Formats: sequence, structure tokens, C-alpha cells
Amino acid sequence: MRFDALTGVLLIPAVAAALLAALPGYRLTARLNVAATALTLVCALSLFVRRPQPGAYLIVDDLNATFIMLTTFVGFSTSVFSLSYIGHELEVGRLTPPFVRFYHAMYQVLMFAMNLALVANNIGLMWVAIELATLTTVLMVGIYRTHEALEAAWKYFILGSVGIALALFGTILVYMAARPVVGEGLDAMVWTVLVRRAGEFDPALLDLAFVFLLLGYGTKVGLAPLHAWLPDAHAEGPTPISAVLSGLLLNVALYALLRFKMLLAANAGALAPGPLMVTLGLISLVFAAFMLYRRRDIKRLFAYSSIEHMGIITFAFGMGGPLANFAGLLHMTMHSLAKSAIFFAVGHVAQVKGTQRIADMGGLTETHPTLAWGLVLGVLAIAGLPPLGIFMSEFLVVSSTFARAPALAIVLVFGLLVGLAGLFLRLNSIAFGEPRGPSAKAEASYIPMFAHLVLVLAAGIYMPPALVAWFQNVAGLLG
Amino acid sequence: MSRIDFDMAHLLAGLLVLISFLELYQDRLYALLNVYALHALTLAASVAWQAMVQDAPHLYVTATIALVFKAIVIPVALHRIIVRLGIHREIEKVVGVGSAMLAGMGLVALSMVVMLRVTYGADPLAREDLAFALSVVLLGLLMMVTRRNAVGQVVGFMSLENGLVLAATGAKGMPLVVEISVAFSILIAFIVIGIFLFRIRERFDTVDVQVLDHFRGERR
Repeated sequence: MRFDALTGVLLIPAVAAALLAALPGYRLTARLNVAATALTLVCALSLFVRRPQPGAYLIVDDLNATFIMLTTFVGFSTSVFSLSYIGHELEVGRLTPPFVRFYHAMYQVLMFAMNLALVANNIGLMWVAIELATLTTVLMVGIYRTHEALEAAWKYFILGSVGIALALFGTILVYMAARPVVGEGLDAMVWTVLVRRAGEFDPALLDLAFVFLLLGYGTKVGLAPLHAWLPDAHAEGPTPISAVLSGLLLNVALYALLRFKMLLAANAGALAPGPLMVTLGLISLVFAAFMLYRRRDIKRLFAYSSIEHMGIITFAFGMGGPLANFAGLLHMTMHSLAKSAIFFAVGHVAQVKGTQRIADMGGLTETHPTLAWGLVLGVLAIAGLPPLGIFMSEFLVVSSTFARAPALAIVLVFGLLVGLAGLFLRLNSIAFGEPRGPSAKAEASYIPMFAHLVLVLAAGIYMPPALVAWFQNVAGLLG
Repeated sequence: MSRIDFDMAHLLAGLLVLISFLELYQDRLYALLNVYALHALTLAASVAWQAMVQDAPHLYVTATIALVFKAIVIPVALHRIIVRLGIHREIEKVVGVGSAMLAGMGLVALSMVVMLRVTYGADPLAREDLAFALSVVLLGLLMMVTRRNAVGQVVGFMSLENGLVLAATGAKGMPLVVEISVAFSILIAFIVIGIFLFRIRERFDTVDVQVLDHFRGERR
């Protein structure tokens, strides 16, 4: 097989996973991990220049190129963060060398699975890839072997498996719908073929399939009321994994949903998937916004914030149309960058404080100014204050909704304001006031965190026209 | 398609639904595992029949996986885990047998109504297979929510998965069925190994999920 960028995006993580599983020594493997993600990022970048023709199994188009870019970039910066984070965990003895080796191998398997899910042109292959991603994250969530970590992993496992099972039933139904039109065999599962012929499918079967897919992949997106696994999984696993879960894996599941949404949109007789997504999105937003108030654990706090933002993104894609899709894409990108930056900060905060309890934190701006101001900036970004990027995207979501469905916009704005107040309330007790609780010196790497925040800030102040044009193009694809 | 092909497929799929009901009211873990083994055995027969009827030799692989892995290896492994970890032999249920059975009947009726209406144009075999498969899936879900015991929930998940394999093999000519059934077997193996390796018994002193909830991460 000829080596091209597409093969690279899949092959590099796969080979790296095997290597990292075999090699001993933390220093070497952690650096190899960074090198592998950097190489994958380079391959992903070259997909924008030249890309292979879609085949029966793999495809690269403008839509998934955007997702791959985001995944590989955040994957790379998280591996840089993980370098110092895991080093510290090893020092304090929360992780032993064999577990660190396992962790690095799993990190690459996760990257492989996410990239495979994104480039899959075959809906069966996409399902297998998302299952693989679920399994690896389950293993990583449980890596600390504490009561809480095992319970979180078990819960994630069971709920994730049920979600995955429902998604498979939906996938089978899509095949059943396609079979009379496309014919038996491989073609009836190839997405590009499906979307071209979707107009002739039986609409009733497609409707039913989408309901299962929405429930199945929606569980993985973390939409309320299917979100129960998400806060536990975020809180109990290693923080780099929380960053990757929030920043990337939720997006990958949403991407799968979007592909099927495009399928339904191509069939005139099928039900409009928009209202379903709008409803689930709004429920998630409002529910998670209220849940922010009573959180005592800093990582659970930001996990609920992720549910809130996935709600907004799902809402925006559910509304559809060029403007709302544009806003959804922008919001997804900004959320991935800002939320992973926050988790980078939170990881170090939890390490210097030796706890995740918000009650034991306070006055961080006095004791650890760089770290704390990074966190404050991140929270300002995620809360949607101008001039940061998320303000832009939230403004676009709200304004496009006001133009089309003012009643929904009121609910949306209400949820956003409740969420904003909740975050500020918690931020106040974490970052300001009298210093509280134990505190150690921070040995943090600030580069990934500030790199993400600078990008979010830059996008809020000035978006290059080329980027705007690119997002508009992708938004047009989504219909 | 000849009459006997259809009737056999129909019979085996119907048996699966019936055995799902049997699983629903078991209150001993060993009995539950035996009934599950029967469930997997019936699935293997059904898949093998489909392989013959559809003239699709690759489905025999799926049937063999169902026979060896699900009907023999997993029940035996779970059996040993129960002995080794000293798990309580009784299954605590959230709702009584009567209401669980009623709910199960409701779910089967629901899946018949939904699937038969939706797949009006499809060929009759695939259509009824799909309706039975959805019933098995929903009964599996019901089993998972009515059991407090982790092993009981796993058995619920596994019979749900049997329903999915039934659906996938019933959809004539569906590609990747073997791959998907392998992927699912890996998933189930992980769950079973997970129970054992995580030593849920040892860590939590019970596999009762309600007690797991006690450790919920919201620290106070």
C-alpha cells in the first residue's frame, strides 16, 4: 500500500501504541508519546493540501478534515501536558511504572480509535472504532484503582456499552433501509453511497434508525438525560484523559450523529432530525447549568460544564442552516480548546493542592499566580465573556436562534446565564480570597494551556478570512 | 424461500424471546447463568440456520463464536467467578416478578407494533427477525434496569447483545457481521475480566450496584 497522509493518521498511533507497550522507562516513553502525536498532527495538516480518493472504508472530506485537525492538535498538546502531569503522579506514587507504560500505550490506541472513527466511510467500521475508543477510555478512567475510580469506570462501561449497543441496532436498521435500493453487500454500508441514494430509502425505517442512533451515540456525547457516566468518568480518571474526553471524544460521537443527520436530510420523507437534537441540546444545557451550583469537586464541576456546552453545540447543529452550523462548528472548536486548557490547569491545581475538593482550595491567585490566572482566563473563556472566542460563537448561536425561533432563544439565554453565574460562584472560591488548604510548589508546563487560551482569545478578536471561509464551506456541507 | 426455511428461522427467533422471558424471572445466579447459556445456544442455532438459508458461510463463524464463547466459556467463567469471589447467590431485584413480566410483555408488544409497521415493504423473514430482535434487545435492557446485582446486569447486557447479533444476521447480506460479533465478544470478555480483575467483590465487599453507588464520587 502506498503511504499517504491518511494512512499516516492511522498508522502512526497504531505503531506508537505497540512501541510504547513494549518499551520501559517513563522518560523515553513519555517523549515518544509526544513525538508520535506531533507526527500525527503533521500528517493531519497535510490532509488539507492533498487527500486520497474516498474508498469503501475510508474517506477524507472537508467535514472530517476539520475534526481530524482538532483531534490531532488537542491530542498533541495534551500529550505535552501529560508529560509533566504523569511525571508528578509517578513521583508521588499514585501511578507505578507498569501503569504508566499501559497509560501511554492506551493513549495512542485512543488516538488511533478516534482518528479511525473520523475517517471511516463505512458505518460499521465507524461503530467498531467508537467502541474501541470507549473501551480504552474505560481502562484509563479506572487506572488509579481506587473505589471511586473503579465505580466510575464500571458505570461508564455499562452505560457506554448500552449506548454502543443501541447505536449498532440503529446501524443495522440503516443497512436494512439501504438494502432494497443499493443492493446487498458492502455498498449498503458505505456512507458516500448511502448519502447519494438516501432519497430512495424507506423513510419510516430511517426515522427509527435515527432514534436508536441518537440515543446510542447521544449517550457518548453526554446529552442529558443520558449523561450519568460523564461526571464520574471525568472526575476519577487522570486529568489528561479528562481533557481528551471532554475536548475530543464527545466531539467524535457528535460527528457520528452529524453524519447520520446528513443521511436523513437527504431523504425528503424522513422526519427532521433537527427538533430532536434541539430538544436534547436544550435539556442538557439547562440541566447542566443548574448542576454547576452544587458541585464540590473541581473536575466534576467542569465535567458538568462540558455537558452544558455539548448541549449548546447539539442545539446549534439541530437548528441547522448555514449560520447555526457555522456557530456550532466554531463553538465546538473553541470549547475543545478552552475546556482542555481548563483541565490542564485543573490537573496542576489538583496536584499542588493534593485534592480535588473545592472547599480545600482558595486564594490560588496569591499562592500560584500563573496557574491561577490561566484557570481564571479559561473559565472566563468557557463562560462566554467577550472578547474570547466562545463569546463569538455563543453570540452567533443566540442571534441566529432569535431570528428563527425566539422562544427557544429565551431558554438558551436563560441556560447560558445560569451557567455563567454558577461558574463564577465556584471560580471565586477557588481562585480568590484567603489562601486555604495545603499547597505545594507547582512544577507545571504552562505552554499547552496558554497556547490554547491564546488561540481562543485570538479567534475572539480576529478570525482570519480563510478560516471563516473554511468553516462556512463545512457549515454548507452540513445542510 | 421455502416454507420450512421461514418456519425454522421464525421458531428459533421466537424461542430467543421466550428464553429472554425465562431470564427475566430467575432469582438465583446459577440458574440465570444456565438459562443464559441456553439463550446463547439458541442464538447459535438460529445464526447457523441463517447461514444455511442465506448461503452465507461466514455466518458460521458468528455461530461458532456464539456456541463456544457465549454458551460455554462465559457461563463457565462467570460460574467460577461467583464461587471464587463468594458472591451472594440470590439476585436482588428492583421490582417484583409480576411487574417485570408485565413490563416485558409491553415491550414485546411495542417492538412488534413498531417494527412490523415500519418494515412494511421488507421481505417477511427479515421483518419478523428484526421485530423479534428488537424484543430481545428491549428485554435485555429491562433485565439490566431491574437487577441490582452486577453479574445479573452483565447477563442482561449479554442477552441484549444476542438480540443485536440476531438482527445483524437476519439482515440479509450485511457486511462486517463477523467483525462486529468479534468486537462484541471482546467487549463482553472485558466486562467479565473487569468483574474479576477489578475484584469488585474485594473492593466493595459486594457486587450489589446499590452499594457501589455509595462510593459515588461527589466527595463530602
